[in-house]
Amino acid sequence: MSTTSLLASSRQNNHLWRKIKNWLMVSSSIGSALLVILPLGLVLFYLVYKGAAAINLGFFTNVPAPPGDTDGGMANAIVGSFLLLGMAVLVGAPMGILGGIYLSEYGNEKLNGAIRFCADVLNGVPSIVWSIIVYEVLVVPMRGYSLLSGGIALGLMMIPLVLRTTEEVLVLVPNSYREAALALGIARWQIIVKIVVATAYKGIITAVLVAGARIAGETAPLLFTAFGNLNWCTGLNQPVAALPLQIYAYAISAYEDWHRQAWAGALVLIGFVFIINISVRFMTRERKA
Amino acid sequence: MVPKIMKDEVAAVNNEEENVQEAATVSLDVNDLCLWYGKHQALYDVSIKIPANKSTAIIGPSGCGKSTLLRTFNRMHEVSPGARMSGKVHLFGEDLYSPEIDPTILRRRVGMVFQKSNPFPTMTIRENVLVGLRLNGVRDKKILNERLESCLRMAALWDEVKDHLDRPGTGLSGGQQQRLCIARAMAMEPEVLLMDEPCSALDPIATMKIEELITTLKTKCTVVIVTHNMQQAGRCSDFTAFMYLGKLVEFDRTEKIFTNPDKQQTEDYITGRFG
Repeated sequence: MSTTSLLASSRQNNHLWRKIKNWLMVSSSIGSALLVILPLGLVLFYLVYKGAAAINLGFFTNVPAPPGDTDGGMANAIVGSFLLLGMAVLVGAPMGILGGIYLSEYGNEKLNGAIRFCADVLNGVPSIVWSIIVYEVLVVPMRGYSLLSGGIALGLMMIPLVLRTTEEVLVLVPNSYREAALALGIARWQIIVKIVVATAYKGIITAVLVAGARIAGETAPLLFTAFGNLNWCTGLNQPVAALPLQIYAYAISAYEDWHRQAWAGALVLIGFVFIINISVRFMTRERKA
Repeated sequence: MVPKIMKDEVAAVNNEEENVQEAATVSLDVNDLCLWYGKHQALYDVSIKIPANKSTAIIGPSGCGKSTLLRTFNRMHEVSPGARMSGKVHLFGEDLYSPEIDPTILRRRVGMVFQKSNPFPTMTIRENVLVGLRLNGVRDKKILNERLESCLRMAALWDEVKDHLDRPGTGLSGGQQQRLCIARAMAMEPEVLLMDEPCSALDPIATMKIEELITTLKTKCTVVIVTHNMQQAGRCSDFTAFMYLGKLVEFDRTEKIFTNPDKQQTEDYITGRFG
């Protein structure tokens, strides 16, 4: 046991050096945190600065016009993006959700490990690779770029995202509910649908929304699949315009008008992603209450 | 809806346990039950005849296998990975572990209430009580409403909740939630109700209410209650089984166990010398 008094030992300790170390630590972590926010702020500022001027009613109601004609808009690309997103959700959400249910409710440890590993690898597949594969498997046999192939390319990208998040939210459902339902003699599939999924449904919707927001801005998977379209899409087997594709096409063009429209398109696109993320925040907050 | 399995009246024939049986109908008949979790053996040769329409308490120190034994009565132990058992359990003469028995059907007839109350969080009070019936295909509004009221009355909860049946079940107090779980289990009209330390998370007043309930419940079904509270066993059971280290030490009328047990170990536990 120490015999020195508290006061004496405290005085021996070098206060100044400790304070400096503390200040360094705190300020560097605050600085890093601010650095995370900075790019988002810059992006938003720049988009508004460059794009806001080109946003008018025509932008939302008209299809693209030739350079020089200021009447052009991105109505077909906005609608096209939603069509592609809807198609992607139709493809990706059921497979991701059912796969997540399998991992959480049925699978055995060995197989689950393999599935999770595959999902993580899939998640890391570069989006241009998806585009080429879907081109080879769908676009070539169908003899044309199409809404269908674009939606499927995006949907495939959604699967691993939805799968892993669904599994996570289902695992969080306490086992005591499953046991209570089992003890009532309720069939396994009904327990999963009516008790487990019903308890976690907000988390699952969140998973789909987050994955949707993540793929909404993808350009590469659409390059060889949806292809883009200067007019309205007329069918599942027809090429379709999408915001990211339109932005890309306009941004690399030589016309000042089109550049402005590209900025406006980017602003609209990030606005949509923003809205999805905010609604996700809203939903998760409600769940905590 | 539920296939009616024949109810055999099992006459008590074992002379050695004459005083226990007293010609009462046997509800659950357990023979030489051994159970392992992986390599660890949790139950050793347990044999017990649980009389029908009585309440039977299973007491013993923590980890003695009382909850495990209870869970073999509705095959809930099968949910635990690595659990395997040998021996027989008969419910009114029928072998629960016969390969043709569907555990889902069995569990409709052997209900269970857990240590921690667990009403389904997405459901209202009404839905919680009726979920078992509804998911098993009962659609008739009249039957459902009757069952709702009778079960909530049986669980002594009706007067407290009758004006807000459509509020979430998780909004009730701890004791009310546990009674809601009892009503939910009773809605299936089980032949046996298993209660796994149903009061261990409750305050004394909520505990008292549930103990009082047991008297009502045993007119409808056989009650088996696991408890680590000896006073509770004394207050609310007709028969008591004392378990220690995975073995059934003694099973007899509750008065006998608490006043004049046959085994020294039982006496030591009851008088508080260990456990």
